[in-house]
Amino acid sequence: MLDNATLETLRRRSYDLRIDNLTAITAGESGHPGGTLSAMDIMQTLFFVEMSHRPKEPHWPDRDRFVLSKGHAVPALYTVLAHAGYFSRDLLPTLRHLGSPLQGHPANFLLPSMEASTGSLGQGFSIAIGMALGVRLDGRKSRVYAMIGDGESEEGQIWEAAMSAPKYKLDNLCVILDHNKGQIDGYVKDVMDIEPIADKWRAFNWNVLTIDGHDYQQIADAFAKARDTKGKPTFIIAETVKGKGVSFMENKIGWHGVAPTKEQLAQAVAELQKAQAALSSKGAA
Amino acid sequence: MGAPAQPITGTSVASRDAFGEAIVRLGETHKELVVLDADLSESTRSKKFSQKYPERFFQMGIAESNMVSVAAGLALSGHVPFCCSFGAFLTGRFDQIRMSVCYSAASVRLVGSHCGVGIGEDGYSQMGLEDIALMRTLPTMAVIQPADDLETAGAVEYLLGHKGPAYLRTTRQKLDRVNNPDGYKFQFGKGVTVVDGTDLTIVASGGTVGPAVNAAKQLAGEGVKARVINIHTIKPIDVDLLVKAARETKRILTVEDHQTTGGLGGAVCEALADKEPVRIYRHGLHDVFGESGTPKGLYEHFKLDAAGIASVAKEFLAK
Repeated sequence: MLDNATLETLRRRSYDLRIDNLTAITAGESGHPGGTLSAMDIMQTLFFVEMSHRPKEPHWPDRDRFVLSKGHAVPALYTVLAHAGYFSRDLLPTLRHLGSPLQGHPANFLLPSMEASTGSLGQGFSIAIGMALGVRLDGRKSRVYAMIGDGESEEGQIWEAAMSAPKYKLDNLCVILDHNKGQIDGYVKDVMDIEPIADKWRAFNWNVLTIDGHDYQQIADAFAKARDTKGKPTFIIAETVKGKGVSFMENKIGWHGVAPTKEQLAQAVAELQKAQAALSSKGAA
Repeated sequence: MGAPAQPITGTSVASRDAFGEAIVRLGETHKELVVLDADLSESTRSKKFSQKYPERFFQMGIAESNMVSVAAGLALSGHVPFCCSFGAFLTGRFDQIRMSVCYSAASVRLVGSHCGVGIGEDGYSQMGLEDIALMRTLPTMAVIQPADDLETAGAVEYLLGHKGPAYLRTTRQKLDRVNNPDGYKFQFGKGVTVVDGTDLTIVASGGTVGPAVNAAKQLAGEGVKARVINIHTIKPIDVDLLVKAARETKRILTVEDHQTTGGLGGAVCEALADKEPVRIYRHGLHDVFGESGTPKGLYEHFKLDAAGIASVAKEFLAK
């Protein structure tokens, strides 16, 4: 269980992260607001609660690893890493600019905190399996996390990977589905329905958990359960809202891959700040 | 002058067999060496390794995309993975090789066996015939095609320490030894002049080196002094050696068991185009599919045997 102070800090920071994320995407004049806002709370929990890692030593051999298989959500990851102390927040607005290590999709050889280069969907998950095999072979206690998207779940390679991790009993592997139900061309159910998704993963012999992907207590609990599960990998279906936190972006397919204008950013920031302030007064009460 | 061809010692080993032996031998002391296969360990010759070091062998099933990306994850966690399948199937996972391996800076060793029409009866679907072209286009990817057992063993040992991804192209058919075993050392990126000559240079790689040496012998009997260069490292290619040969022999004939587009011939043309442009004829498969047949019959059909190469060389010299 997370204590109240931790919960309060996570919730408060979630607004700062969303503001920095959208500011970076606006500065980059392109990017993916919808899928970064849906994934943000899970990523914050990973780097601020769950994972064992060293911001000043990104290649620490015994670290836990996080592979962002849905690479287009990387502005959320950059933002979380900056807040965690990997690099300066000043770097965030260089997103997608020529010469910046903050590429439009992760490039691990440019930014050491990226475990792998992703962006062609379906591959990061398999890379995470390789890492889980690798750290286990070395006798390390490291855990490996990967996040996939629901549109990404249409890729054939996801199901090749789904078959292979239980074969190797990778209980050091935890995969999170950012189940925000949208993709570029429309709602997932219309583009290529992936349901019943929990049944599919159970049938592939995974430990399957379903949570609210914006509820910090539920997210942290799921990671704890994954750690306690032996002999099989865990798959967390995180029910999320695409564009979470910004009223005019929530559940709007059009916000998958379009940067806000400066005016839209100002509106989003005002909303997020207002919500954060409301949280403070509630917390104080 | 035309120094006599180096003797072919009589040893004849498929490069897939030499690969299989090398990983078993090196696996003993190199604990970082891991191997993956996709249900073809019998054919790629990774099976002995799987039996001797089961904890370091990963059977990934018939799912090559996942295998390539898993290999990348193993490399990124500090291991040295040799990722095996038929060259056709492995390089067919171009996106995974491009993204998970090359762009992720993962030092994966992709081992594509059953390359060329030399595999014989199985036919085109199983023949790696576009693999060199595909792998050559990828930034950071090295491409090695050994011509005999010594080169194969040397290349595998070299690859243990190579930084960056690499593609090792092996054959199903036996390859006559073309290197001298005394003090042999594999030198990455260095071509080998196997036969000296002044009238033209035959540039060969892998399965065509042995036949090219025999073609040079045949040509010598007809008064044509052909130089033979063995290019085991197709990328990065030995530009200096090729420029020297172009200057000294004026004509270059490339011979490969692969499409003539983008393979060894393409690499040689690119290397010489802005340095020493001479007449080059690219011999191999000219934009056609391979087909079923005996390995010997197919080498005859595609003029990749000694007689075929000699006839192509003479035609080229007559032009």
